[in-house]
Amino acid sequence: MIRHIRRAAAFCLLLLVALLVNAARVQLFEAGELDDNPANRRDAIARHDQPRGDILVGDRPVTGSEDTGEQLGFERTYLHGPLYAPVTGYASQTYGTTLLENAEDGVLSGTDSLLAPLPFWNEFTRSRQPGGDVVTTVEASMQRAAYEGLRGRRGAVAALDPSTGAILALVSTPSYDPERLSGTGAAVTDAWTRLNASTTMPMLNRAIRQTYPPGSTFKIVTAAAALDSRTVTDADAATDTPSPYVLPGTRTTLPNEAKGCEEASLADAIRVSCNTVMAHLGVEVGLDGMVEAAEKFGFNDAGLRIPSGVARSNFDTDMSDDQLALSSIGQFNTTATPLQMAMVASAVANGGDLRRPHLVDRVTTDDGDTVRQEGSGASAWAMSPSTAVQLQRMMVEVVENGTGSNAAIDGVEVGGKTGTAQHGVDNSGLPYAWFISWARAPGSGRPAVAVAVVVEDASADRADISGGGSAAPIARAVMEAALDEAEAARR
Amino acid sequence: MTATTADAPPPELRLPKRRGVELALLVGAVLISVFGYAAVGLTHDGAVPPDVAGYGGGLGALALLAHAAVRFRAPYADPLLLPIAVLLNGVGLVLIYRLDLETPRDQAAPTQLVWSTLGVALFTAVVVLLRDHRVLQRYAYLSVAAALVLLTVPIFFPAVNGAKIWIRIGGLSFQPGEFAKILLAVFFAAYLAANRNALAYTGRRAWKLQLPSGRVLGPIVAIWLLSVGVLVLERDLGTSLLFFGLFVILLYVATGRTGWIAVGLLLASVGAFAVGSFEPHVHGRVQDWLDPFASIDAGRGPGQLAQSLFAFAAGGMLGTGLGAGHSILIGFAAKSDFILATAGEELGLSGLTAVLLLYALLVARGYRAGLALRDPFGQLLAIGLASILALQVFVITGGVMGLIPLTGMAMPFLAQGGSSVVTNWIIVALLIRLSDVARRPHPEQVETGVVAAAGEADR
Repeated sequence: MIRHIRRAAAFCLLLLVALLVNAARVQLFEAGELDDNPANRRDAIARHDQPRGDILVGDRPVTGSEDTGEQLGFERTYLHGPLYAPVTGYASQTYGTTLLENAEDGVLSGTDSLLAPLPFWNEFTRSRQPGGDVVTTVEASMQRAAYEGLRGRRGAVAALDPSTGAILALVSTPSYDPERLSGTGAAVTDAWTRLNASTTMPMLNRAIRQTYPPGSTFKIVTAAAALDSRTVTDADAATDTPSPYVLPGTRTTLPNEAKGCEEASLADAIRVSCNTVMAHLGVEVGLDGMVEAAEKFGFNDAGLRIPSGVARSNFDTDMSDDQLALSSIGQFNTTATPLQMAMVASAVANGGDLRRPHLVDRVTTDDGDTVRQEGSGASAWAMSPSTAVQLQRMMVEVVENGTGSNAAIDGVEVGGKTGTAQHGVDNSGLPYAWFISWARAPGSGRPAVAVAVVVEDASADRADISGGGSAAPIARAVMEAALDEAEAARR
Repeated sequence: MTATTADAPPPELRLPKRRGVELALLVGAVLISVFGYAAVGLTHDGAVPPDVAGYGGGLGALALLAHAAVRFRAPYADPLLLPIAVLLNGVGLVLIYRLDLETPRDQAAPTQLVWSTLGVALFTAVVVLLRDHRVLQRYAYLSVAAALVLLTVPIFFPAVNGAKIWIRIGGLSFQPGEFAKILLAVFFAAYLAANRNALAYTGRRAWKLQLPSGRVLGPIVAIWLLSVGVLVLERDLGTSLLFFGLFVILLYVATGRTGWIAVGLLLASVGAFAVGSFEPHVHGRVQDWLDPFASIDAGRGPGQLAQSLFAFAAGGMLGTGLGAGHSILIGFAAKSDFILATAGEELGLSGLTAVLLLYALLVARGYRAGLALRDPFGQLLAIGLASILALQVFVITGGVMGLIPLTGMAMPFLAQGGSSVVTNWIIVALLIRLSDVARRPHPEQVETGVVAAAGEADR
């Protein structure tokens, strides 16, 4: 009997060991996996247990947090929701985060190790720091100028500081108020459903997530390729381009909207926007040269982060000559985000030196101590400095004596390029109105700003649509705001 | 360490009673519970709860009452049993109070305190009134009859959460199945003590197994049918597992025949498999055990078991601290079946291990009393009661941590549930009595000079 009791006791010990081993399995070895399970609400509860860090424009927060007293305590609030939505994105208890709220979530929610007093502190103590702040490079006055200029039409504006790559304005309209997605419940899901069902796609960030055929604004890239590859050595010399131009290997003719394009020089072709000359030049540069030039400006790069991902702007790498001709004037499969076209203008303005665009200036702790400083973006040569100088001259001509006169600002050197991009089946859709430009304040060595504007539904009257008519005034307003900022900074 | 001597035995046989140790441990148990109570308040409101003195005083008074009963009526009892019971009950009250903070409309701690008081009162009554455990032997058949009645009555009451284990009279509800455990343990111990030899040495031999004869096989089959019947009619997988495990353990201890275990396990697995396949409620539990996250993948959100695993995982090694976890996400059973998840999340693996080791100590002390006792009935009763605790802890802990399919069962002393608390206090009272008898100096010791197996002797 004693022996059997001991064996029964050993059996009970076995049960205990099984329990302890299993407890270690669940609580230690599988804990990470269980913690990260999307259905586990603990992370969400902890995340909303403290105020979220703020996103700042200039030195003012454009976000806030409010305690709702529910299980998920703090909800995101937005000061000028629709205006800054393309910058901030939303931080929703129901739908997660996007854009800057997503890219800098670790800082804003306090888990980023940058904020911790010691390395690995957060990991070890499983704790959070108070949410840190993200200071953006955006200039409030320029953002507002762009937003008001678009007047709710479908379109986007991207503005850069050419010498640093800082994004000064990032606007997409029509916009939405991210605050309506902050919480949980029926109101939020209704708003979400409505916003997603809306035909105007208010939640689409057109400035970095939508690509458009760039139309004639792409001619700047083609011109850079022609000059860099020495296909054109003298921008003012006539080119042997017939008008209309027959696309190589086809019987399709390419007409011009503009007058005086027959055998026009490169400079004139840019000034009045000749399709024939630029298409022909693209073919002469050749596929490899055009692809190389486009990629130096940032086309075909799916990896650009500002820190949010930017949609890939496309320039086909495998085409016949007729397709290359169309691609070289921003048609066929060539597409670009507004930010990409702002980068093109920025590279020209900055003497060929293209700075990588970035939206975050610095990251600070809750107390305002800077823990990460972006500085200026990495630079790469998009074209030779001499090419850039020639292109600057041509772009100034566009504004002073060409299609871009609507962007002219008194006493300021402004360079620009208009674009009207056909799209849709047989080009039946309303063309997109494009304008890219840059401005240099008088007496200043550095360009103040580079802007790209696209307006999707410029107006009902097709004849009236042109980059110069719809988009250039918006670009001018943004550049004026930038110049005022620079003026104020100098004083 | 004051070993008071009530009646002076011969000096060379001064057996230690260890009542002073028990008192010291009780003070510790009450203090730990009070600290836990204060910690919950500090985490939740940033202040010690105003009634902390009342809570400590109440628990202390209960502990003192029980201690007095033991000191005067079971002076040789094992000094660990009572402090462990008090500590587990105190910690359980703290955990329930902590969960009450999340559910303002549904307060369970005050009710639990009332039941605990009743449990201690019954503990005292048993220790005071039951002077010799062998009295219980006489009531073996009455016990089993009463147990069967208690088990079958809930069938006529409506099911709660899929299990028909409740009797509701007015506002009170209790689970008669809880009391049936003790009655069945008494019956098994008595029956097996009486029929040990018949079971062990009659019947045919087949190959190497000593098979039982039909006459003694009858009751065993009856018990098996009973447990499966409970399972089918009341959908209470846990209780049926418990009865069966208890019976197999006692049968083995009484007869030493491994064949029994083989037969028992075979029958159990056949029964479990059949019921698990055909009974939808149990089948669902098994499915949930095989894949706790199926409901998440199906888009229905996490089920209780998944939530429970999340809670344990959130605790990690050291836990979040009392009052800082979110085990309330488990839902309606957080205070009862899943109370351990709160312990796991807020006290961590370290705290959970401590709790499990407390149970292990309780079981080990029960077994130790069984080893030291001299009458077969007492031995089997001690082993039976200790095994009830061990099996309950295993079934519910394994269930909420995904080791075995989940069965509705209350964690002894820890979980919300009046019937369970009261029953477990009675079990501890019986163990106190058994260990008191086991460690009491025997008259023949004095004659022969053989020191009996006192609790201190390590055998």
